[in-house]
Amino acid sequence: MQDLNNMKGVTTIMEEKQLTLTLKRLAHELIENHYPFTDTCIIGIQPRGIAISDFITQYIKEMHPELKLNYGKLDITFYRDDFRGQIHIPSITELPFSIENKKVILIDDVLYTGRTIRAAMDALLDHGRAVKVELCILVDRKFSRELPIQPDYVGKSIDSIVTQKVKVFWGEDKRVVLYDSI
Amino acid sequence: MHLSSKHLLGIRDLLPEDIQLILDTAKQFKEVLQRPIKKVPSLRDITIVNLFYENSTRTRISFELAEKRLSADTINFSASGSSVSKGETLLDTVNNILSMKVDMVVMRHSATGAPHFLSQHIPAAIVNAGDGINEHPTQALLDALSITEKLGTLKGKKIAIIGDIMHSRVALSNIYLLTKMGAEVTLAGPPTLIPKHIKESFPINVTYNVKEALEWCDVANVLRIQLERQNQVLFSSLREYNQAYGITKQLLQSIQKDILIMHPGPINRGVEIDSDVADSGQSIILDQVENGVAVRMAVLYLLSGRKEASA
Repeated sequence: MQDLNNMKGVTTIMEEKQLTLTLKRLAHELIENHYPFTDTCIIGIQPRGIAISDFITQYIKEMHPELKLNYGKLDITFYRDDFRGQIHIPSITELPFSIENKKVILIDDVLYTGRTIRAAMDALLDHGRAVKVELCILVDRKFSRELPIQPDYVGKSIDSIVTQKVKVFWGEDKRVVLYDSI
Repeated sequence: MHLSSKHLLGIRDLLPEDIQLILDTAKQFKEVLQRPIKKVPSLRDITIVNLFYENSTRTRISFELAEKRLSADTINFSASGSSVSKGETLLDTVNNILSMKVDMVVMRHSATGAPHFLSQHIPAAIVNAGDGINEHPTQALLDALSITEKLGTLKGKKIAIIGDIMHSRVALSNIYLLTKMGAEVTLAGPPTLIPKHIKESFPINVTYNVKEALEWCDVANVLRIQLERQNQVLFSSLREYNQAYGITKQLLQSIQKDILIMHPGPINRGVEIDSDVADSGQSIILDQVENGVAVRMAVLYLLSGRKEASA
C-alpha cells in the first residue's frame, strides 16, 4: 500500500464527505434504473472495484431492506492483455448466481484506458450471456481511452495526463487523489 | 510478482515464496475449472510442446488439459514413432522443434538431469514432468495443494512417505517441498529401498516399520513399487512386500486415528496398497488427479509471464 506522504504532486480530487455523497448518488441512480433488481446483478471488479461495489450494495440494502440483490465479484487477471509485463496475483471470483439473460452492472474505481473493462467483459461472457452490460465508475479519466468503452454511471470526470495516476484510499482517511507517477 | 526461476526444473530450485505463489494461483484456477466455460485466454499466444521420452497417462493428459484450458497451442511428441529411433540426439530434436517457433517445453525423460541439460542450451522455458529418479515437481505441488485443501496448511503437519524412496522422483520432490514449507516428514519402507544416507541431507526421520509411521502421521503418501526399475532384487516377492509394507485395511484399522491416504498413481493394487484402502473415504487419490490440472495451469501461467522479460 502506497503512503500518501511518499507521493509526489498530490491533488485531492474528492474528500471523504464528497466521496460518500458521490457513491450514494451512484447507488440512487442504480435504484432509479434497476429497481427492484429482479433481473439485475451487480458485479465488482477485483481487486480495486470491490470497496466501491461493497459500499454501493450495502447502501442499496439499507435503503431497501426488502431487496434480494445478486451481488458478485469478478477477477479478470487471466483475461488481461498486459499480464506478461507484470504478473498480478489473482483474486477470488465469486458469482453465486447465473448471469444468463440478466442485466449486469460492472463496478470499478477508475476508468482510464478501458483495457480492464475489455478484459472484464471477456471474463463475464465466459459465465454466460447477459442481456445487457452497464458500467458504473467512480472516477472517469477523460480523453485517455484506448478502446471504444464509455461508462453509464460516472462519479466524477477529471482531466489528467499520462504520467499521473489516480488512487482511491479506503481506510481511516478516505479520499481520492491524483498524483505524479514519475 | 514472478517466480524466481525461468524454468521449473525441480522443487530444489524454488523458494518457499515461489511454492506459495504457485499454490495460491492454482486455487484460483480450480475455480475456473468449475465454470460453465472452463477456459481462459491467458496463453493464446503461446505454443507448448509436450516432449515425452517415457510413458505416462496422468501427467501427460493433465498437462495437455492444462494447456488447452489456458488456450495455448500444443504439440505432442513421444519418442516412440519419431526420429529418436533413427538416432537423433535430444538437443537436435528439441532445436528442430523450437525452430518452428515453440515457446515452452514440457518434458519427461528417463535420464536424470535431461531437462537441466536442455535448459543450458535452449531459450524456451522448460517444465520438468519427471526426469529419471530425480524430481517430478508438479506432482509434489499437486500433493501439497491436496494436503492444504484438507488440512488447511502444510506447516507442522506430519507426512509419511511410504514405499520405494530410492527410485521415486515423487518422493524426492515431496521431501524438498514439504521440508521447505515446514512440514515434518518420515520415510518408511524396506531398508533396501531407502537411500542409506538420506537423513544426512534432509531434516527428516526414517523408519523401517510402516505401522509406526502410520501411527505418527496425519497423511500417508504411498508410492508405487516401480517394477520397471527393479533390475536388482531388492525384496523377495511382491506378496512378501504387501505383507510387510503394504497398506491394508487391517493395518489401517489397527491404528487409532483417521489419516489421509495419497498415491501418485498408477496403483499396483494388492502390492503397495490394497483395493479397499485405495477406494475408501480416507483416500484422496482422485482429488490429487483433479488438482493436477489446476497446479499445472498455475505453473504454465506463471512461467509464461517471463516471455518478454527474458527476450
